[in-house]
Amino acid sequence: MTVLLEARNVTKIFRSGLITKKETVALEDFSLTIDPEQPSIMAVVGESGSGKTTMARLLLGLEAPTEGEVFYQGKPLTRLRRAEWLQFRRDVQAVFQDPFEVYNTFYRVDHALEVPIQKFRLAESRAQMRRLMEEALDAVGLRPAETLGRYPHQLSGGQRQRIMVARALLLKPKLIIADEPVSMIDASLRATVLENLRNLNERFGISIIYITHDLTTAYQISHNIVVLYRGAVAEVGDVSLVVKEPRHPYTQLLVGSIPLPDPNRPWREQPEPSPLAEEALANVGCKFAARCAHTFAPCLERAPLLYRTDQFRAAACYLHDTYPPLRPEEMERVLIEKLPLYETA
Amino acid sequence: MSQPILEVENLRVHFQTSRGPVKAVDGVSFVLGEGERYGLIGESGSGKTTIALAIMRLIRPPGQIVEGKILLDGEDLLSLSDEEMRQRRLADVALVTQGAMNSLNPVIRVREQISDGLRSHGIPMNHRQVEAHIADLLPRVGLSPEVANMYPHELSGGMKQRVSIAIAISLRPRLIIADEPTSALDVVVQRQVMQTLRDVQQALDAAVVLIGHDMGLMAQFADRMGVIYAGKLVEEGAVSPFFADPQHPYSRLLVSSLTTLKEKGAFHSAQGAPPSLLDLPSGCVFHPRCIYAIERCKEQEPVLQTIGPGRRASCLLLQDGELMLQPSKRAEEEVKA
Repeated sequence: MTVLLEARNVTKIFRSGLITKKETVALEDFSLTIDPEQPSIMAVVGESGSGKTTMARLLLGLEAPTEGEVFYQGKPLTRLRRAEWLQFRRDVQAVFQDPFEVYNTFYRVDHALEVPIQKFRLAESRAQMRRLMEEALDAVGLRPAETLGRYPHQLSGGQRQRIMVARALLLKPKLIIADEPVSMIDASLRATVLENLRNLNERFGISIIYITHDLTTAYQISHNIVVLYRGAVAEVGDVSLVVKEPRHPYTQLLVGSIPLPDPNRPWREQPEPSPLAEEALANVGCKFAARCAHTFAPCLERAPLLYRTDQFRAAACYLHDTYPPLRPEEMERVLIEKLPLYETA
Repeated sequence: MSQPILEVENLRVHFQTSRGPVKAVDGVSFVLGEGERYGLIGESGSGKTTIALAIMRLIRPPGQIVEGKILLDGEDLLSLSDEEMRQRRLADVALVTQGAMNSLNPVIRVREQISDGLRSHGIPMNHRQVEAHIADLLPRVGLSPEVANMYPHELSGGMKQRVSIAIAISLRPRLIIADEPTSALDVVVQRQVMQTLRDVQQALDAAVVLIGHDMGLMAQFADRMGVIYAGKLVEEGAVSPFFADPQHPYSRLLVSSLTTLKEKGAFHSAQGAPPSLLDLPSGCVFHPRCIYAIERCKEQEPVLQTIGPGRRASCLLLQDGELMLQPSKRAEEEVKA
């Protein structure tokens, strides 16, 4: 069985400026495989500029890597034939952040569902098209009668985003890459979209990459998590381990910054950066050294490898260098394979 | 409560449209004590930003304040002339908005953006005094004084938001209205900006109205909070008892649909969407989404009643400060929890 999608040692560098050349490393030596036999939900978290969206765009083939390669069923994306490219476009679907911009406001929402059916010739008649649309809407918990025929502005952000999930589902994909799908939706309606994604994984066996900056929702729906910091993997593994007992100082900072909806559990004081942190250089050593409370000599010289602190977790931090190191392409060894997400009650 | 600094009484803001008036704010009343932090929470379209704009008197046609009073330190802002109100803005009541990155002028240095407010309020300061004022202001929001020489594009989102807080406090206002001040920022920066806001608020002893939809931020920042639904205040109370035991069914829904780090997979989705403000449901505006609704809710409009010390809620099922739920619904809720 070939893997569906693989990123192998992918690096993306953006260059800008005409006279003073400036390089921004958006993603560095990133490897990941998506195995359709083991569909899981993987969260990718990090602050803005951490490379989350660049990673999504590389996997979707919207951006070409500077180094390394992305493979679809064993073939580099750059060398796919037309038929293979079409198949790739079906197998790998995207749900984007903004549930307003993806619609043409002059068309009814039906249009957003009809286009993929027509482009991929999924239906032979109007009636069949209608049935496909209704099935997809049912799967995301929207009533077709109350949804079809409406204009985008007549629906809430949550409903619009669920239609986008339904649109992705129409094509029976093997992987959905959801880039901040709920960040623009009201908190009280977010859960519906997240439940949709979880259902797609459980009922249809679709792998999901859930990109977010929100650790609580990442924790709620995913199996594994990758924490990115300025283009490099800081911590990776079983989401419960990483979020409940973070090992990397950056993950600790992220978890500690979540505003808990509990007035009796105020934000804890964050540790001050180490005196050595000021000496950290931009592109040398650990990327987090400039903000870290634990910065010591090795952090300033060379970027740490991932150290496998637990069976299902690794952290790229010298505080853990007594554990066995992993090369970037070995990162996946710590990912948990599909496990029941929830203990059945 | 200490001396009230802000009293909003029966505020109604309507937007005239071809399909009739949109009642964006429909009879909202609340009071803020001096130095108090008050949170207003609601979904998008609930009217919370309109309340902020009404307090600043920045409602533009077709919007109109059709009824109500807004007393700042006892003085009704709605009876002031435009020029008098312009003098109050920034000096007495300042606004920090969501889009900090867009509210700064991209071609002007931070120094000029701060001194602009001083100049337009006719503060008699010479060049050296302005410099000293800015050098004092920037460290208060956790920025180095050198930031004064920079342009907005040289600053990160969090730094820009702090510059807008610096502008907001430059004339030492008694009241700061912060409308989703951190919704464009990520979680680490959000925390820093909120702590900055709290630090300057305490240093100035200013009152703050924090507007937003993030329950976590409310819990971390506010002393008291009010819940807005479809232009109405449906519950109000101190933060701790509110989170421990929300009374209005909508508040219960908000609290129960929170995603937390406690149990995995234990989040509930809120069903339905807020109603169209053009066509509000009869009776209680929340009844179509309410799992406890009884027949009476479709006809009778509940009023905000006091249900405990400093605690108000509007629900027909509230009797003697207790939510009278049908036994079957109570059981259902327990099973879900």
